[in-house]
Amino acid sequence: MPNNKQKRFQLLQGNEACVEGAIAAGMRFYSGYPITPSTEIAERSALRLPQVGGKFVQMEDEIAGIAAALGASVAGTKSMTATSGPGFSLKQENIGYATIAEIPIVIVDVMRSGPSTGLPTSPSQGDVMQAKWGTHGDHPVIAICPSSVQDTYNQTVRAFNLSERFRTPVILLMDEIVGHMREGCELIPTEELEIHNRNTNMINSMPYAFGEGQYVPHMTSFGDGHLYNITGLFHDEAGFPTNDNEIAGEENSRIMEKIKVYKYSGILEYEEQQMEDADIGIVCYGGTTRAVEGAIEKARDMGYNVGMFRPITLWPFPEHELIERAKQLKRLIVVEHNYGQVLLTVQGIIKGDTKVEFIGKVNGTTITPDEIVRNIEEGEE
Amino acid sequence: MKKGKKLLTEPKWCKGCGYCVEWCPKKVLSIKHEKVVVENPDDCICCGLCEQRCPDYAIWIETEED
Amino acid sequence: MPSKLVEETMRTRRLPHIWCPGCGHGILMRDVCQAISNLGLPQEEVTIVSGIGCSSRAAGYMNYNTLHTTHGRAIAFATGIKMAKPEMHVIVITGDGDATAIGGNHLIHAARRNIDLTVVVFNNSIYGMTGGQYSPTTPTGEKGTTAPYGNIDGDFDIPKLSEAAGATFTGRGDCFHVPQMVKLIEDGIKHHGFSVIEGVSICPTYYGRKNKKGSAVQMMHWQEDNCIDIKKAAKMEPKDLEGKIILGEMHKDASRPEYCDEYDKIIKKAGGDK
Repeated sequence: MPNNKQKRFQLLQGNEACVEGAIAAGMRFYSGYPITPSTEIAERSALRLPQVGGKFVQMEDEIAGIAAALGASVAGTKSMTATSGPGFSLKQENIGYATIAEIPIVIVDVMRSGPSTGLPTSPSQGDVMQAKWGTHGDHPVIAICPSSVQDTYNQTVRAFNLSERFRTPVILLMDEIVGHMREGCELIPTEELEIHNRNTNMINSMPYAFGEGQYVPHMTSFGDGHLYNITGLFHDEAGFPTNDNEIAGEENSRIMEKIKVYKYSGILEYEEQQMEDADIGIVCYGGTTRAVEGAIEKARDMGYNVGMFRPITLWPFPEHELIERAKQLKRLIVVEHNYGQVLLTVQGIIKGDTKVEFIGKVNGTTITPDEIVRNIEEGEE
Repeated sequence: MKKGKKLLTEPKWCKGCGYCVEWCPKKVLSIKHEKVVVENPDDCICCGLCEQRCPDYAIWIETEED
Repeated sequence: MPSKLVEETMRTRRLPHIWCPGCGHGILMRDVCQAISNLGLPQEEVTIVSGIGCSSRAAGYMNYNTLHTTHGRAIAFATGIKMAKPEMHVIVITGDGDATAIGGNHLIHAARRNIDLTVVVFNNSIYGMTGGQYSPTTPTGEKGTTAPYGNIDGDFDIPKLSEAAGATFTGRGDCFHVPQMVKLIEDGIKHHGFSVIEGVSICPTYYGRKNKKGSAVQMMHWQEDNCIDIKKAAKMEPKDLEGKIILGEMHKDASRPEYCDEYDKIIKKAGGDK
């Protein structure tokens, strides 16, 4: 008989930690399609889910991967799918569906170099804007970006919690570096974690009915006795399609607002390192974080006051927090493995005397600490 | 009309396709102003063909409960 | 008050439905409700999943757990629901384009898995919602707004396609022969495996007008005259069957294991049943 007891401390890949975090958060259904560099998430889910009474299915394509996970979620099971760039593009339509139908789901995108098939095994952070704008129509998004194996475990738990609390798809935006990084990870058991489950206490037996000032619908799962409709069309409080412009407008606004309203109720998270006395700030996330940590150490030894601002929640972006911090900075350097995606957001919000700079790389290699240090030095000459 | 049974219509739902009229074996029905009309209720044998083929659920046989 | 069946199985305050006068879909939707009702299934244990298109608007009117999904993806959503709640009766209502064009991949792979879903394809041989473009079941030579000179594509035989992919129950009914269609759906639901039932529908507005088929009543007469039961067809010459629609149960195989049952064995193997 298999021994399903997991050791508390394990040497894991980021991709594996993602699955362990998901299971700890309550994931009991995974459906997806193999794609580098996310495949280990599918593999470990296939191994681990049946051990905890959950289910895994390898679907026929990326679209079916997210669709089946949404179906399982509608039936009340916490569900996840994982992919990488090309597959992330294919899943976009159903991410929009999850948004308007308000179905909890976690979508992992382990970013790789693109566009198209690109460099499948090489690191990149090219999907940052796709995570925000990928599906059509106006929509809000929560995208979370872990930077280490332990962070992946913890943030996967948080991704499930946010998805359940706000009934919205949550994108866990990993990258090849974090996904394949191997280091020690503490598998914090479920009992020690804060776990959120969706509210199923339906108002007036209506799936999309709201009280004053409420933004998140309370819905039972299919099979729990309330018979109602879910659709990707704009719908009334019963879930029935409507062409009423007033209802459509209200619904669209509410879905946008719910992420704004709760931004400071657990959605937003960011990390700062050595920012107190810094006059040079570095914005980084995910796979560039380690290089930046190394660069800060070296640059500090050389006498530069450098610190790090790392958005963990990439969308919605910690705009206010960065604006406040930038007031003390003469330079703000954005480091990312792309042509400047978070850079666009930073340039849009940082006005005044702080000079916004950029270090990017798109050839499939990683940015090194030395490159960052050189850049810091050159800017000071 | 059979005892204990009634032929009923819901004109609001009728779209006037004419299936019920065409396949009524006893010529009970007609379409007037694009709606079904029960012209000869006494001839109805409650076969239910109109109900089966009505795409709009606008005509049906009701069995009176006792 | 509508009929007892309609009152019980449909969301009557949403009626009349959006379908055109004479559209066969209303009849087929009632057939699905009738079949579920005949089997005595509790409504909360039935989920209707649909995709996009005229056919897929059915879900909203039906008083069960109803999920109106994205174009082509109904079977994939349904797979997730069934795996999460195997005790649920999951019925997919889809159209010819939804099931065999944009969703063709999901149809054949669900068939290959033999997961216990019942797929009812409302086949009107046209894309109705977008205004009459030719579909994978538009007969060769017929017209659509995107086939103004006639369709040169071949057309799918939905039960044959499904059987070849591994479906363990297939059949075809139509909107004229109601009791037969109801019986097929009932048998499909009762079958413990992947069932595909094609329901030949009528689209007087687009298919009919574009191809000069006459009124809805004339199209229904054509269906009445050209549908042949599979048992009768077996005794006929192939040349006499040209252009005819064969109705009935086409394939049944109760020997293949069902997918959710097989997955339960995996959970046992992995020790997750404790």
